[in-house]
Amino acid sequence: MALQDKDRIFKNVYGFQDWKLAGAKARGAWDNTKAIIDKGHDAIINEVKASGLRGRGGAGFPTGLKWSFMPKSDPRPSYLVINADESEPGSCKDREIMRHDPHLLIEGALIASFAMRAHVCYIYVRGEFIRERERLQAAIDEAYEAKLIGKGNVHGWDFDCYVHHGAGAYICGEETALLESLEGKKGQPRLKPPFPANVGVYGAPTTVNNVESIAVVGDIMRRGGAWFAGIGKPNNTGTKLFQISGHVEKPCVVEEEMGIALRELLDRHAGGVRGGWDNLLAVIPGGSSMPCLPASICADVTMDFDTLSKLKSGLGTAAIIVMDKSTDIIAAIRRIAYFYKHESCGQCTPCREGTGWMWRVLQRLERGEADKSEIDLLFDVSRQVEGHTICALGDAAAWPVQGLIRHFRPVMEERIARYQAAHKQAAE
Amino acid sequence: MPRSSASGIVLRDRDNLALGPYKGAATPVSQRRGKHNLMAVRRLDPNQPASFAFTPENAAWAKETIAKYPPGKQASAVIPLLWRAQEQNGGWLTEPALRVVADMLGMAYIRVYEIATFYTMFQLSPVGKKAHVQVCGTTPCMLRGAEALVEVCKRRIHPEPHHLSKDGDFSWEEVECMGTCANAPMVQVWKDTYEDLTPELLEKVLDGFASGKPVKPGSQTGRQASCPAGGPTTLKEFAKAGK
Repeated sequence: MALQDKDRIFKNVYGFQDWKLAGAKARGAWDNTKAIIDKGHDAIINEVKASGLRGRGGAGFPTGLKWSFMPKSDPRPSYLVINADESEPGSCKDREIMRHDPHLLIEGALIASFAMRAHVCYIYVRGEFIRERERLQAAIDEAYEAKLIGKGNVHGWDFDCYVHHGAGAYICGEETALLESLEGKKGQPRLKPPFPANVGVYGAPTTVNNVESIAVVGDIMRRGGAWFAGIGKPNNTGTKLFQISGHVEKPCVVEEEMGIALRELLDRHAGGVRGGWDNLLAVIPGGSSMPCLPASICADVTMDFDTLSKLKSGLGTAAIIVMDKSTDIIAAIRRIAYFYKHESCGQCTPCREGTGWMWRVLQRLERGEADKSEIDLLFDVSRQVEGHTICALGDAAAWPVQGLIRHFRPVMEERIARYQAAHKQAAE
Repeated sequence: MPRSSASGIVLRDRDNLALGPYKGAATPVSQRRGKHNLMAVRRLDPNQPASFAFTPENAAWAKETIAKYPPGKQASAVIPLLWRAQEQNGGWLTEPALRVVADMLGMAYIRVYEIATFYTMFQLSPVGKKAHVQVCGTTPCMLRGAEALVEVCKRRIHPEPHHLSKDGDFSWEEVECMGTCANAPMVQVWKDTYEDLTPELLEKVLDGFASGKPVKPGSQTGRQASCPAGGPTTLKEFAKAGK
């Protein structure tokens, strides 16, 4: 059953309505936030745990549990850092929250900061989102003006919220790279442990959460964790912003129930696959780092963390990239490989060297200018990049390549055979 | 084997595998920053102005920005300050600007140089006066025709990215995912995005910048943000009430 409008959190996702404070209040934001704060730090964390909310930035770690890792008494200040460095190819949801419903994010930031005993929140927005950053800042200014946040605000918890920004580096979406960048350094991930909850920004306890994870907190607290947990599937609860791009009739962003069937999602909201379902070649279900799924699997797949990880792919950011039969799948993955080569921070050798190597081999495989044994070699090298780097960018670069080989090896072999036949003829 | 050019830039053979012949030191450094060659090598432009100073307004803004961060942590403001310096300077960062920002934040010059060369939104050579066109080329945009947009830029602006057009008004580059995938393909010019493009629509966008009358940003097919074309499938009451 599809999600009903009454259960949608992002009521202004397309910006048909007023994004400002008055409009946000009319849609339910900032409604008796004081009562939520009065419940106390631990009650909020417990409610978020009960909701089953899993991080919306891609990894799907339980948000309430993450919050509970923050120290309860520590002489150092605590920080909430919101990751708005949305850069995973296919993802375009946080942008809609920031420009069309920024008050959901600001209210969530206050509640989350209070729960973790933080008085300061930094929102790290990717550099390219300039208008979104301006909009978010304007909304924060409104909230200060209305004494909803700031020193001596009506909620009784001093809270400062600052917008920070990057300048074009995908790697800063990795939480420790983001913290390095926030400190004014190159965005190169840190070794963990220590984890940010112990040593985060400025050496102080820090929690990094995705925009969507924070923006749903207000509604969870108002309507109850049980309401959120009642949507979706066990362990994969709540509503989710899905982003549908590529070869569909009507690409869009839409909020739906977690665990909705992929085909239903595409048919209901995106006008279906271009040329009909039978014209589907493959889907990347969770942003470019997730391995693609061939059409044969897509018919029955549901969009949630556990189902997709069982299929050796993942929900990631729920960014669905649809490819119809006109797609050169090797070229599509080659372009993703180039992306990771471009965005590798250069710190770890397997990633710095491996991303470029994989891209170069894929360029030849796209033309068929290779030996069949190189497909296995490529798979082997991808396995040596995966899991051998400080952060997950190495994994993210390796997985799409592995998905290609796992599901489309015959296409690659045929390309090679065709190239070899053409050149044999030419030689004769 | 590494080999050195006259200007001291070290090239590795592996960077040249797909590139054809090495162009050598005859090509100025600033022009050797093509998309698929040397992209890891980002250097300052050989032609630098003598000095840089923030305008009084920007200097006041910088002071406010530094105050967002805890005492002693003013280095946090380095990206925002460099960004403002780039804006003030017509879209690219100069060496004197790096020094000014470093001095304002108490940072070593090399640390600010690292920031300017690490983060790819910092332009290290002059860009077009009227428009620097950033074409998203990553897979979601590629699937919907980004390669044809690149061809338009090559034809109208310059065959190579990061080169000025003959009149100096335009430049272009291919960039990685801009987070506008449900409105692909797209370009960003200065602060705004132009979405749902075709080659014809991109021509109109470029015409707008050329004539000084830019088209309205956002979707160029007239749809509302990332709403499905033809109207929303959800929250229809909210869409009506908003109009």
